[in-house]
Amino acid sequence: MIDIQTKMTERALELLCLPEGQPSFLLDIGCGSGLSGDFISEEGHYWVGIDISPAMLDAALDRDTEGDLLLGDMGQGVPFRPGSFDGCISISAVQWLCNANKRSDVPARRLYCFFSSLYSALAHGARAVLQLYPENSEQLELITTQATRAGFTGGVVVDFPNSAKAKKFYLCLFSGPSTSLPKGLTESQDADQATELAFTSERAPHKRARRDLLKKSREWVLEKKERRRRQGKEVRPDTQYTGRKRKPRF
Amino acid sequence: MKLLTHNLLSSHVRGVGTRGFPLRLQATEVRINPVEFNPDFVARMIPKVEWAALVQAADTLNLAEVPKEPTEGYEHDETFLRKMHHVLLEVDVLEGTLQCPESGRLFPISRGIPNMLLNDEETET
Repeated sequence: MIDIQTKMTERALELLCLPEGQPSFLLDIGCGSGLSGDFISEEGHYWVGIDISPAMLDAALDRDTEGDLLLGDMGQGVPFRPGSFDGCISISAVQWLCNANKRSDVPARRLYCFFSSLYSALAHGARAVLQLYPENSEQLELITTQATRAGFTGGVVVDFPNSAKAKKFYLCLFSGPSTSLPKGLTESQDADQATELAFTSERAPHKRARRDLLKKSREWVLEKKERRRRQGKEVRPDTQYTGRKRKPRF
Repeated sequence: MKLLTHNLLSSHVRGVGTRGFPLRLQATEVRINPVEFNPDFVARMIPKVEWAALVQAADTLNLAEVPKEPTEGYEHDETFLRKMHHVLLEVDVLEGTLQCPESGRLFPISRGIPNMLLNDEETET
């Protein structure tokens, strides 16, 4: 457990693209017992952590972490004045905002409160890299929508998209001018595999393309086979017989 | 809680906005922690510091010798940087309270950790 957290912190720091050779001041959302914080300190940076669990923070105190700790709920907003931090990381925490623990909680509102306060708390041009475990694509879309509303640009970087075990999502948010999204890691050197989803206010064009295809037509069959190939499943090669009309008894 | 953190903390009670800074500090237990001196980091934090708030907080804690403002060419003034390093990073408030200047709401500090949890009515919507 400890090793995975440290590896994800390392990858998140890498994606943060902090200026080389100088110490930065970072915010660690959902810092827990300070595992990620320890790695940040080892890299020569300084940090402040927030967590909602007093038990986890007590564990952090026992481990004598270098960063300051705060007991707080990220869904209520991060309580800092504008431009406080050079960057923000979060390991396995942001998806919790999608749970409504009390009847009064509205996930979209909590997400927006979190992202808008984070946007303000970051220095201009600073980044936030949030590793998370989205339950499904709807949840991921809910999260990215609120982040965009708050003013962030960026996208989701997916490492090892074809491995159920190793697959990791990093929401990379930029608060300054748009920069290109880093590439996700893959086992093979497949350059054509799309491992990132950039989001802006553009609509998704490919969804419309699929709707225009007549179901069961040859184009539809070919598109479906292509989709399954992209998912890494085993698919028969396309031939002149693909999607041909069969006898009625079929 | 270090004074650097206190200098950045702002109340997020509903309706308070920018008037939530600075939080009024009251301390009942303070500890001095030796922290490795990093002149680069201190020099980079100086422009971020709100001096009035820092001086006020240092006064509440009865800290001696807090510079009233950054000196000219502070990046190379080691004495100044060491003083700021001590004030910002080595003074640790273990027990006390932070008070929102606008709403009067108290945030307790326990074992060095400020409790910033809000009630439902206080949360910004």
